[in-house]
Amino acid sequence: MAPAGGGGVVSTELWVIVLGCAIVTALIKGFGPVAIGGRELPAWSAGVIVLMAPALLAALVVTSALADGRHVEVGPQTAGVAVAGIVLARGGSVLMGVLLAVAVTAALRALG
Amino acid sequence: MEAGVQAPVARSPRESFRAGLRAGVPFGVVAIVLSLSFGVLARDAGLSALGAIVMSAIVFAGSAQFAAVAIVASGGGAVPAVLAAALMNSRFLPMGVALAPSLPGGWLRRFAQGQTVVDSSWAMAARDGGRFDRHYLFGATAPQYSGWVLGTVAGAVGGDLLGNTDALGLDAVYPAFFLALLIAEMRDRRTRGVALAGA
Repeated sequence: MAPAGGGGVVSTELWVIVLGCAIVTALIKGFGPVAIGGRELPAWSAGVIVLMAPALLAALVVTSALADGRHVEVGPQTAGVAVAGIVLARGGSVLMGVLLAVAVTAALRALG
Repeated sequence: MEAGVQAPVARSPRESFRAGLRAGVPFGVVAIVLSLSFGVLARDAGLSALGAIVMSAIVFAGSAQFAAVAIVASGGGAVPAVLAAALMNSRFLPMGVALAPSLPGGWLRRFAQGQTVVDSSWAMAARDGGRFDRHYLFGATAPQYSGWVLGTVAGAVGGDLLGNTDALGLDAVYPAFFLALLIAEMRDRRTRGVALAGA
């Protein structure tokens, strides 16, 4: 595919990608609500569902703080998020944690 | 901000929506930062500004969009790009199944409501007993959608003026926010064990 180089030229294939991504995303997000309908899930599933959120969040933290493509990478961003984690675990506010993560990450990159 | 499944349940749908809206605003700010990067990357990959903006407006799934654009940038075609987006979004399948009993209406309405699911909103809207506060979910997603599209516009149109956003450490915002939500969730041994397994 020949990149448009920011010149505003959009090939048909690029639009196919945009529309294709939109369609598969809509189908995936809509599948559960449509397929299950309003039926109640089995009682045992409630316990599983409650635990899905921490599992998902933990996976997102690890992949966004440690993954670089397909590789595990410990870098300034990892250190920044770790500092935020310490502050948050000690009862610090979300804003303070996030600002610290940004500041530590930026500082380490500037030093590196 | 309100975070975690123990966020207080509002009494009316309107109150619930507003509570979700307030909880979603910080994530909306994060979405602006992330979608700025997406707008810049999409232009570099060959999408026009309009293409990047339309993609954010109708896909609204950050990891899928980044994956698709990365494949385009490396010379991949439409099929691998769309497949990569589908894989990145596969986590929404069980999330949608879990949400389903909490959504009313016919299939079209349920399908439309399912489109509002994003990671943080879904996690914050979860309530005890496996139920979800759908109004809270809608409210929390609204600022994130606005932020995602606005940031893409800024990145796609004026990205060249921003320089390297990584140097500013802004890529740490997203994991730090998710970590804040996670810490709010880890209230007992069982939850901590599951979080460890998820990591």
